Amino acid sequence: MLRAIGVAAFEDLLQDIPPELRLRGKLKLAPPLSELEARRHLEALAGRNASANQWLSFLGGGAYDHFVPSIVDEISSRAEFYTAYTPYQPEVSQGTLQTIYEYQSLIARLTGMEISNASLYDGGTAIAEAVLMANATNGRKEVVVSGCINPMRLAVLDTYLEASGITVRRTGWKGGATDPDEIAALVTGKTSCVVIENPNFFGVVEEGCAIAAAAREKGALFVVSVDPVSLGLLAPPSEYGADIVVGEGQALGSYVSFGGPCLGFISTRKEHIRRLPGRIVGKTVDKQGRPCFCLTLQTREQHIRREKATSNICSNQALVALRAAVHLCWLGKEGMRDLATQCLSKAVYAQKELARRGFDLHFNKPYFKEFAIKLPADSERVAASLAGERILAGVPLGRFYPEAGNSLLVSVTEKRTKAEIDRLADCLADAVRGEVV
Amino acid sequence: MGPGITIFEKSVRGKRSCSLPALDVPRVEAGDVLPEGALRKGELRLPEVSESEIVRHFVGLSVLNHHVDKDFYPLGSCTMKYNPKVNERVAALDGFSQVHPLTDAALAQGALGVIYELGRSLCEITGMDDITMAPAAGAHGELTGMLVVRAYHADRGQPRKKVLIPDSAHGTNPASVRIAGYHAVEVKSGPDGRLSPEALKPHLNAEVAAIMITNPNTLGLFESGICQISKMVHDVGGLVYMDGANMNALLGISRPGDFGIDVVHLNLHKTFSTPHGGGGPGSGPVAVKTALAPYLPLPLVEKHPGGYRWAAGRAKSIGRVHTFYGNFGVVVKAYCYLLMAGGEGLGKVAESAIINANYLMARLKTTYTLPYDGVCKHEFVLSGKDKVRAGVRTIDIAKRLMDYGFHPPTVYFPLIVEEALMIEPTETESRETLDRFAEAMEKIAAEIEHDPALVQGAPYTTPVGRVDEGLAARRLEVAE
Repeated sequence: MLRAIGVAAFEDLLQDIPPELRLRGKLKLAPPLSELEARRHLEALAGRNASANQWLSFLGGGAYDHFVPSIVDEISSRAEFYTAYTPYQPEVSQGTLQTIYEYQSLIARLTGMEISNASLYDGGTAIAEAVLMANATNGRKEVVVSGCINPMRLAVLDTYLEASGITVRRTGWKGGATDPDEIAALVTGKTSCVVIENPNFFGVVEEGCAIAAAAREKGALFVVSVDPVSLGLLAPPSEYGADIVVGEGQALGSYVSFGGPCLGFISTRKEHIRRLPGRIVGKTVDKQGRPCFCLTLQTREQHIRREKATSNICSNQALVALRAAVHLCWLGKEGMRDLATQCLSKAVYAQKELARRGFDLHFNKPYFKEFAIKLPADSERVAASLAGERILAGVPLGRFYPEAGNSLLVSVTEKRTKAEIDRLADCLADAVRGEVV
Repeated sequence: MGPGITIFEKSVRGKRSCSLPALDVPRVEAGDVLPEGALRKGELRLPEVSESEIVRHFVGLSVLNHHVDKDFYPLGSCTMKYNPKVNERVAALDGFSQVHPLTDAALAQGALGVIYELGRSLCEITGMDDITMAPAAGAHGELTGMLVVRAYHADRGQPRKKVLIPDSAHGTNPASVRIAGYHAVEVKSGPDGRLSPEALKPHLNAEVAAIMITNPNTLGLFESGICQISKMVHDVGGLVYMDGANMNALLGISRPGDFGIDVVHLNLHKTFSTPHGGGGPGSGPVAVKTALAPYLPLPLVEKHPGGYRWAAGRAKSIGRVHTFYGNFGVVVKAYCYLLMAGGEGLGKVAESAIINANYLMARLKTTYTLPYDGVCKHEFVLSGKDKVRAGVRTIDIAKRLMDYGFHPPTVYFPLIVEEALMIEPTETESRETLDRFAEAMEKIAAEIEHDPALVQGAPYTTPVGRVDEGLAARRLEVAE
């Protein structure tokens, strides 16, 4: 090949790299492994992690251990999907394009909105993008944010807004639910949008209607971050006045996977389509008039608009969106409601069993599939003690709120059985007895 | 049922796929425990289809895609290399895919270990000192890196306003810079396709926060003046950011940290073999020099005598950029790739990528215009401008390539080349594949001479013909 190129040696192809910039010696990396050795090495590392398939997990807080049906893995592991590039060339990308179109339709239907984009990175960046979108829509420079939103997502929002000139006004979290009056007191004519999460970080179902009214009174947009699974039972945010709906879609057909890949979704009304960040697939026809799909409104995007783009997002989470689409089709109309009902029923059962053993709710509010309980001892220590029983009892709230050091956030999905819930309650009672004694 | 028939059109009332275990606790009706106003009243408009129909639907769609496992994908700056199958297997291991992100660090030592060790390897490869694996994609890495730059200047009490970006840059660069609160200033490339220190000089002053440079640039050329450019920017107190999208050409050959770069992002879904997934999930780690390490986003993993843990302190951090730790599953795949390549293997990756690109360039430069002649690195850019007089545009050439079984190159980018065709073969393509592609390009050139209408009407053999993208933008049917 070098002869065909017309050079004598590979080195000749590096002539434009000044010699002093060449790496002297070799990269200090371990010698190459065969596939068998690499697999063994990674299997050993994987063996050092507490997998939810071998441990009894009640961890939630933004990532959930829901059942993933086999067809999701089967379809998303097809090379036709996972080894394809972004569908910029629609004639050879109809598979990806139509699945994204269907994903957009499914998200719009689930959230009760009219349109959705092709996906964002995760639930945290989705909130940030929604706030930037609201700001671009009405130009107002303040945002009122519920303090009951997942604190890691709030941290992402803070990072994204650092350079935006937008001021964040945040409500408290101590009531466990967002107080509509507190929102009303913070909202002014300068408020671009009001943001809540429903159910919120504590699993509590928020008073969406009253909060929406507070936002609307001053002409602010209303952004709601939702757990998509809850929408099997809960009203879609469109019904209580949301202008932009976002959320974390991991629960739709993806594993917890140590926090990623996640799936940020965003949906809104059609009037906002030109401010919607990221890729959008639209329906069209080919030269012969046959229905087909392509990326559309690319003039909003960074590769055309550069500095003036609505967002800098380029690669998103397409394959995770495909997983969500397949999962939503598998669940269907009835399955989605059954799934949500199972989560609610099991959470209620767990909460009652825990209460029977003396673990009261931290917040006495209606919840969906997770809730916070008060322990008589430091929850981090209690959780560590339950780990000895191979139980991941929940998320110690002290990690996020030092004042709530004795509280534990317990998440219950459809995967947990009655026997497993009973075991959690019993072991927690035993552990606490040990701590208190 | 052909393409275009959606899953919603296949829905039949009463059908279902979902099966859940019988409820083994008392059934709770939402109305009993939740306020009436919070409940869904209307029906969920989800499709009702059987499992076998869902499988046929999506399998039917999948085969409409071009993909790396099918044939050549010479997309410039996208590095569509082969995605090793072992990577998929290891990322799916229970001990990775089923681990909750809020698991106590002591019970996730393997996961923290992967994040830390891959990070160290990437620092060695780039010549940098510290790294975050949190950004979920290249553009996310750019934003993270620019926020780190911003925090650095703010901490010195010298907030700045401008970021210099060459006109050959990826569109994400100026977009990311703007979200980081900076004004992007375009700098013109020189006649040789490179950024010249002279062109840069008039832009340099105390308002410059950074220059954002891609090396090799999007013309596939090494920025030979990079050392001097870095020095000039440093001299006015600015930083040098490198878009590492094209890092495939430099593996084991030259390190950004050794030519003055302060911040660099990598694309694990390009250089480090993880699949593109039809548009993600990717991963865009950001590596920095020591002076910028305090500003990296949280959380970061550190190694201590007892194992790995989340680093505490870091009061100057820009905060979180991802809810958890980024696309961990992608990180596992890249780690597996690095373990199997080793340092030696990476050097061969770059060598083969460069030879493949130069081979194709040498072969095609007589049939198409090569605006920037000389040796290239991992990619090169042709221009279709001499075909325009026959009435054929680059878009037509791209579409005609599909009839020969290939995905087209990146087209109309970089913006500084008229009718651009940007070609990146990667190291994983054989000489035979490159020859087949070159033959197709040559045949198309001949077709343009003899029968331009044939090329203008392409493609003919794809699942759908030329797609009317303008109509999609006018109709805006984006959901049903």
